[in-house]
Amino acid sequence: MTIEEKAAQVVEEFEMFGDWMDKYSYLIELGEENEPLPEELKIKQNLISGCQSQLWLVAEYRDGKVYFRADSDAIITKGIARVVLRVLNGESPDTILNCKMEFLDKIGLTQHLSPTRSNGLNAMIKQIKLYALVFKTKYEQNK
Amino acid sequence: MKFDVNKIRQDFPELQREIYGKPLVYFDNGATTLKPQQVIERVKKYYTFDNANVHRGVHFLSQEATTEMENAREYVRKFLGAESTSEIIFTKGTTESINLVASSFGRRFIKRGDEILVSEMEHHANIVPWQLLCQQSGAVLKVIPVGDSGEIDLELYESLLSEKTKLVAFTQISNVLGTVNPVKEMSDLAHDYGARVLIDGAQGVAHDYVNVRELDCDFYVFSGHKIFAPMGIGVLYGKEKVLEEMPPYQSGGEMIDKVSFEETTFNDLPFKFEAGTPNVGGILGLETALRYWQSFDLKEVKKHEKDLLDYATEQLTAFPRVKIIGRAANKASVISFVIDGVHHYDAGTILDRLGVAVRTGHHCAQPLMQRFDIQGTVRASMTIYNTREEVDIFIKALERTIKMFS
Repeated sequence: MTIEEKAAQVVEEFEMFGDWMDKYSYLIELGEENEPLPEELKIKQNLISGCQSQLWLVAEYRDGKVYFRADSDAIITKGIARVVLRVLNGESPDTILNCKMEFLDKIGLTQHLSPTRSNGLNAMIKQIKLYALVFKTKYEQNK
Repeated sequence: MKFDVNKIRQDFPELQREIYGKPLVYFDNGATTLKPQQVIERVKKYYTFDNANVHRGVHFLSQEATTEMENAREYVRKFLGAESTSEIIFTKGTTESINLVASSFGRRFIKRGDEILVSEMEHHANIVPWQLLCQQSGAVLKVIPVGDSGEIDLELYESLLSEKTKLVAFTQISNVLGTVNPVKEMSDLAHDYGARVLIDGAQGVAHDYVNVRELDCDFYVFSGHKIFAPMGIGVLYGKEKVLEEMPPYQSGGEMIDKVSFEETTFNDLPFKFEAGTPNVGGILGLETALRYWQSFDLKEVKKHEKDLLDYATEQLTAFPRVKIIGRAANKASVISFVIDGVHHYDAGTILDRLGVAVRTGHHCAQPLMQRFDIQGTVRASMTIYNTREEVDIFIKALERTIKMFS
């Protein structure tokens, strides 16, 4: 599936929900199902600052693709992270760098995106793009 | 004026707002209060008809604005029970007031080996300026511990005082726990050891009686926006003899007497500490806000707030998963709590969607969070315009919130 297809799928899923309560219930469900990060990865280096909730993000580069894992002490934050990562995981650094994240707007999550918003979604996206840039520079500069 | 909450509510246009289609329940008054129409009108009038720069102009409008501003200063003096208007300095708010003292008093009076005492329940604004001062001067910052109930043990406090103590800074009311501190006793004890006292009135000013002469504190600081005034205006009260000995904080216009490139002499109090054009609109708004606040009988206000506090506390206690942080015997209408299994951020997000504005997080009091071994709390802080019906809405919303996370 391309990144566009994945994003479209997420948008479609969220469109099924009539009201915000169902949307949040779904985010909570996603958050609860999130595979927790092992404790040894929940360290300061992986902690995204600027969040009212704590959010940890780790990234790996395998065969030209980037894979993220995230965890948080707040369930909604975890749910939101899962939605974002479902779309971005397994993509190339370039695709991630070029992704405009419009799907977040369509599912009504952009209210969480302003820099002052305390769940750190904005900070997380910045960090994701930073990882993509680092991997691109480190592994792909000779391409 | 008779205390009539329904009538009071009509003074606050923002209470008419709906949030996500639900009537707003505003329980974030500890962060900032809503503004009454009277204050809004006063600020509007100033910028519409009265705007002019103060203190320098000979023209009519400038003199009028100067008179109004100085009348406002006189009103603040009376409000605080200060001796003279020389003791009333307008600042941006509590944070700037504390920074002014830390910087100016600190430079003049704090030396290596001296001790500064703050309590464990302080807001960062009443910790960090002292910490920086200690780093610069070689003084030592000591901490007055807070007990499990959220109260300061006076004996423990006294045991920390010595002739090395040069300044003690503490809050009148905790922004997290709601604890009303015994500020008069704490101030007197500090003076027994020759220390100066700064009281952070950011929360206290809008819940309790203040008289700086009775308290005998050396400094009292507060922000206007937490007592119905505009943002960006606050007050530093300082005893005249102490302020006289303090060097200027910021420099520029207004605070000078004579300037030449060889030497500058400074203006008298309070202008010595008011460099630059003051926030005249804010100052006039502050005066109106204080007049508004003082139009109510404080006894009635306290009765109303106590009723809200008791009512909300009783209902919160009925939730098995809710734990209230801060059970002081003397408490203002501020309730912090944690929910077993629900992160404060998650709770705040859902409560917001239900039209209830609360504050979540560490409330700029991280040392206090560490003290109670928590990451943060949900805080409901109530004031004169809040009602039992709003507490009911809040409790129902909380019930629904907790259900979503089980």
